[in-house]
Amino acid sequence: MNTATILIAGFGGQGALFAGKFLAYSGLIEEKQLSWLPSYGPEMRGGTANCAVTLSDEPVGSPIVTEPNVLIAMNRPSFDKFEPAVVPDGYLFADSTLIDAESQRKDIKAFYVPATKMAADMGLTGLSNMILIGKMVKETGAVSLSDAEEAFKKFVPAKKAALIEKNIEALKAGFEY
Amino acid sequence: MVVFDKPHSLIDVPLHYCPGCTHGIVHRLVAEAIDELGIEGKAIGIAPVGCSVMAYDYFNCDMIEAAHGRAPAVATGVKRANPENIVFTYQGDGDLASIGTAETVHAAARNENITIIFINNAIYGMTGGQMAPTSLPGQVTQTSPYGRDTSLCGWPVKICEMLSQLDGPEYLERVTVNNVANVRKAKKAIKKAFQNQVEGKGFSLIEVLSACPTNWGMTPREALKWIDDNMIPYYPLGVYKDRSAAKEAAE
Amino acid sequence: MAEKVLMKGNEAIAEAAIIAGCRHYFGYPITPQTEIAAYMAKRMPKIGGVFLQAESEIAAINMVYGCSSAGKRVMTSSSSPGISLKQEGISYLAGSDLPCLIVNAQRGGPGLGGIQPSQSDYFQATKGGGHGDYHLIVLAPASVQEMAELTIKGFELADKYCMPVMLLADGTTGQMMEPVTFDFDVKPAPEKPWATTGTKMQREHNIVNSLYLQPEKLEVTNLERYKKYETVKENEAMWEEFMTEDADVVVAAFGIAARVSQNAVIEARKQGIKAGLIRPITLWPFPETPFKKAAEHAKAFISVELSMGQMIEDVKLSVSCTKPVYFCGRVGGMIPSPAEVLSAIKKADGGDR
Repeated sequence: MNTATILIAGFGGQGALFAGKFLAYSGLIEEKQLSWLPSYGPEMRGGTANCAVTLSDEPVGSPIVTEPNVLIAMNRPSFDKFEPAVVPDGYLFADSTLIDAESQRKDIKAFYVPATKMAADMGLTGLSNMILIGKMVKETGAVSLSDAEEAFKKFVPAKKAALIEKNIEALKAGFEY
Repeated sequence: MVVFDKPHSLIDVPLHYCPGCTHGIVHRLVAEAIDELGIEGKAIGIAPVGCSVMAYDYFNCDMIEAAHGRAPAVATGVKRANPENIVFTYQGDGDLASIGTAETVHAAARNENITIIFINNAIYGMTGGQMAPTSLPGQVTQTSPYGRDTSLCGWPVKICEMLSQLDGPEYLERVTVNNVANVRKAKKAIKKAFQNQVEGKGFSLIEVLSACPTNWGMTPREALKWIDDNMIPYYPLGVYKDRSAAKEAAE
Repeated sequence: MAEKVLMKGNEAIAEAAIIAGCRHYFGYPITPQTEIAAYMAKRMPKIGGVFLQAESEIAAINMVYGCSSAGKRVMTSSSSPGISLKQEGISYLAGSDLPCLIVNAQRGGPGLGGIQPSQSDYFQATKGGGHGDYHLIVLAPASVQEMAELTIKGFELADKYCMPVMLLADGTTGQMMEPVTFDFDVKPAPEKPWATTGTKMQREHNIVNSLYLQPEKLEVTNLERYKKYETVKENEAMWEEFMTEDADVVVAAFGIAARVSQNAVIEARKQGIKAGLIRPITLWPFPETPFKKAAEHAKAFISVELSMGQMIEDVKLSVSCTKPVYFCGRVGGMIPSPAEVLSAIKKADGGDR
């Protein structure tokens, strides 16, 4: 896609902002134009958290994404709130472990991934975010995953570098789902 | 032969203070301390808002005029910019103990390496004699015409006692200048407060009980006596904190 | 060529300030700008600089006042309610002709308001803010790259004209990450013979002061300051134009509102409407030139703002009321969508508003 306007939404702590950062750094490596915009404030502490990532071949205008062409919904409130906003022909990726609903829209491409359960089964608890990103990348081609490790290295502190491997494992699991 | 002269760090111009006001004495004591320590060339003074607002025209060192109450914050900025400078503020009771309480307390808490000369005359002088945070219970002022009623406007703020509860400050002493002996003691305290800064010891504040005959409605002589009779009993003189001395004593 | 890195706008400001030679930061925590303080707290001790968390915004701006008096490149940052508290100090800085950089990552108001982005401090920033006759140079970045560039420019302008400069950002531009390069030639701070650094017994004492009890003298200081402001107006106005050459409808917007408006202008062009965008980069001095020029052919102007309509007054003054100037805005932390701006453009183009 020429310009991906991606909205990633979930509870605070599910890693929505982290997942967005991964996409942003992947975009940086691939020399795309991009912006990453988080929601901020007290709602970040255990409430809803979301971030908007725009990846484009052209300069990014507004960094604000109110009508995404890619939505990653990590919980039910995010699904309810943002599913109607996805543009026609856009993509929806939902964590079906936590979202007991499916989109009734016929004009979007919806994918349901039991990401939380998969993560738990694989010993990757907390990495449902990257499983969803893996699936999203496969379906949309928003970024390539060729330099995933490099992208992580750019923003994961050296102290936590050991976690990169697991993140890549989760990405792969999502990509192959 | 000893010739009585103005200290070099006090500019030879007439001061604007009222007859009997003790600002002149304290200015002189500050200037003598600066001269004796040989620090005029690196001294930066911060003038307050209040009667001593124009102190920048009287001291020969570099001077900054601060907003009301903010002198300790301004001094912090100067000292952090150039720690080799000797930075002092000269503030009245409204400036330091009312509108600038937060700046005072936090500069003390940080043990900011500055010197504060605090003139406590229990009244707002420049604006014409209103109740100060340090006005005594029952004291008649323009804004407490029936005497300071503590049930309405609370109790005086005892700065030395209050700050002495903090771990931060190095040196706190209350002095007065209402007779020759007390002037000598005040001189010693003020010089020590500068010396502490030179030695990098930290925050030193000297509270000087001062006279304001004009706004107290007294003759200069009555005013000096009023300090003895009314202020000192409420604001006892003495050293409230001397960390270095306490440490030495402990060792 | 320096490496392209991803950074939040607030962090880019902090890094650029360090590159500009700022080694003194005084601040107090407030959302949404705390990243600046956090960045400075981490970096300053490692490069021989000073980070100090003040007891209040009031204390912080007065520490800036003292530090600037001492001749240093110094900054503070805050967000709207905190900037209100700083106004007294800002007036003193202006009245004493002291340079410094003040960052305002604006949030919705009035009062405690909210923490989401806003541009409703435009009047406060451009028309004075504190008491007395004075101006700040006000810079309005619209991207993370520009937050870095204008931070450096801000320090240079502050030193050049001996006056405070405000970087007027907002919650969005502060929080968003974009690629940025730090590839700058920084003009070093000039000599500051007026600074209070100690006489060393070699010169008359310097006095930093804004008190003049004789009205004749105070008037002269004001007149001289306004002469300086005229020079700033002549030389320092900055703006960016987008598709304005033949535009019928010209949108005026700064900061994040300009980013949204640009999307709307592109969409309008796709739909056959000749729309254009003027993005003031300096809000004071306000760039009147492009507006006067555009007024020669444009049918109408629209001021798009995250406020109830503040910059619109300067747009109207710039076109001397020769053309209608409409308003399109959201407040309280809401941001107009490109669709809302597009609809305003359509209305203005139809002239049936």
